[in-house]
Amino acid sequence: MRGKVKVLYFAWVRERIGKTEEIVEPPAAVRTVGDLVTWLSARGEEYAHAFENPKVIRAAIDRTHVKQDTALAGAREIAFFPPMTGG
Amino acid sequence: MATIRLQREDFDVAAEQRKLSEGRGDIGAVVTFTGICRGGEGAEDIAAMTLEHYPGMAEEEIARHVTEAEQRWALKGVTVIHRYGRMVPGDNIVLVLTASSHRGDAFAAAEFLMDYLKTSAPFWKQEERTGAAAEKTSWVEARDTDQAATDRWNKPNRGRTAAE
Repeated sequence: MRGKVKVLYFAWVRERIGKTEEIVEPPAAVRTVGDLVTWLSARGEEYAHAFENPKVIRAAIDRTHVKQDTALAGAREIAFFPPMTGG
Repeated sequence: MATIRLQREDFDVAAEQRKLSEGRGDIGAVVTFTGICRGGEGAEDIAAMTLEHYPGMAEEEIARHVTEAEQRWALKGVTVIHRYGRMVPGDNIVLVLTASSHRGDAFAAAEFLMDYLKTSAPFWKQEERTGAAAEKTSWVEARDTDQAATDRWNKPNRGRTAAE
């Protein structure tokens, strides 16, 4: 993807990273949600800890659930969070 | 037609039902589901629970499933209220009201909405324990049984004919 994108974190993903949101500018080679997880994980220990088990991480692009292989193209807001426990 | 609200404050179940059905001659059934904060889970007691949510997406995700419920069943009205913030045992957490001409559609739609609320609406529960574990908070883990309950709505022939 090209350009800046807003990333949001919730629940223990937020706690481990220590931020509720941030603006990131990944390189063009980061094309999918899974690529972004890998790229973020390399940014520091707190990210590596949050994303240590990518299979349990859920993601949303512009407030809609997406899978790890979804393309980031056109995304304005990407959120990462654990499986949901509402209701 | 549908009312969807996220709020920190409590809700009044009777008042919400009245708003939904008052003066309506076409409604023959209202199913009311209230989710309440439990005081215990396993060996340790729960002192309180804090619900975090993704503002914006939570409303949109609930609305998407309300629309789907309205397409699957003959509903005359739907109300979904989900609280966020800190709650203690006995507090209301979530309210789902479904109204229809006959009970079958209202029962099925209420169950469908709750199953999807639990697995796809962006809310996360964090528990505070009492006693020796009082200092610790822990995030509630998603249950496989909740996902299985949601998945059954995707099986063919799960339309459920409405009972009179």
